[in-house]
Amino acid sequence: MSGAVGREAVFPTRQSLGLMKSKLKGAETGHSLLKRKSEALTKRFREITRRIDEAKQKMGRVMQIAAFSLAEVSYAVGGDIGYQIQESAKQARFRVRAKQENVSGVLLPHFESYTEDSINDFGLTGLGKGGQQVQRCRETYARAVETLVELASLQTAFVILDEVIKVVNRRVNAIEHVIIPRTENTIKYINSELDELDREEFYRLKKVSGKKQRDVAAADAEMEAARERQAAEQQSALKLDEDPAAPDVLGEQEDTDVIF
Amino acid sequence: MAASAVAYKDRQFLAVIGDEDSVTGLLLAGIGHVTDPPAAQRNFLVVDAKTETSTIEKAFENFTQERKDIAVLLINQHIAERIRHSVDSFADAFPAVLEIPSKDHPYDPEKDSVLKRVRRLFGE
Repeated sequence: MSGAVGREAVFPTRQSLGLMKSKLKGAETGHSLLKRKSEALTKRFREITRRIDEAKQKMGRVMQIAAFSLAEVSYAVGGDIGYQIQESAKQARFRVRAKQENVSGVLLPHFESYTEDSINDFGLTGLGKGGQQVQRCRETYARAVETLVELASLQTAFVILDEVIKVVNRRVNAIEHVIIPRTENTIKYINSELDELDREEFYRLKKVSGKKQRDVAAADAEMEAARERQAAEQQSALKLDEDPAAPDVLGEQEDTDVIF
Repeated sequence: MAASAVAYKDRQFLAVIGDEDSVTGLLLAGIGHVTDPPAAQRNFLVVDAKTETSTIEKAFENFTQERKDIAVLLINQHIAERIRHSVDSFADAFPAVLEIPSKDHPYDPEKDSVLKRVRRLFGE
């Protein structure tokens, strides 16, 4: 009866049977819904992994181009500008904003890059020479960073989806392998108990009716006996009536001779 | 769940740990940010051959755990290799840690912690 998952501790009554049945139904509905959710998420997840793969390839190319343009800058400027740039960086011009995207009830953040055009830390960089290269390099790197931001949001979505899919699958499995069998077991148990009660009740009724029958039979027999007794009494009374007082004149007994 | 709104509402900067060229280029793109004094903090770290691994580790911790305004952390792959353990064990959604190639070290997808997870998930 209990199997591996056991059953819930309930009293075997019709009410809890009804409860269990509705619970089973709810669990089955929830199971199918969660399964569909997990499938939708997995589909999205595969798409994201594919896009991550693509974006990583793209990132390699873009970063190469950007590095090349930086090499152009150092050639044109004719010296190392790294130190100067590191010192003049004050406020971020390139920023990201996080937005939310809803995939089957899971909120995935999506980074969106934007530039604060009012901030310009490098206005004087390359003023002497190589200004054009610096400008080009900035644009190239800005594009590269956009690719990186896109990749970052894909990656974040990947991490979150991974986690959510695990949770959903765990729930699906829990419902499928624990809750549904347990509820079914409980229903089976309640049914068997109720059947047992039914049989007991039937047996009891049979006993009762047997007893009644016996009682009736006894009463009948008694009545019969009483009636018989009564009839016998009546008969004997009749006999009494008839026998001593009025002897059979037409009988075989010889009449006593009449002597005149 | 990891995607609560507070977790990334204020995250608007990118941070970078990289060699001089990568950092210079990214700063040129305008990601550099220095917080207001007195506790002025840069959101970039230049790593060269002389930089201690513990310094990198500390910067990584700082960008990933302590600072709440960083949305994306860019790190050169060859530097990520030096603190591979920290990078691999960092599994949170925010900030997103992104391994980028550098000029001298071509990109190797085999080493990327996220791609490794992708590969593992698809059983490749």
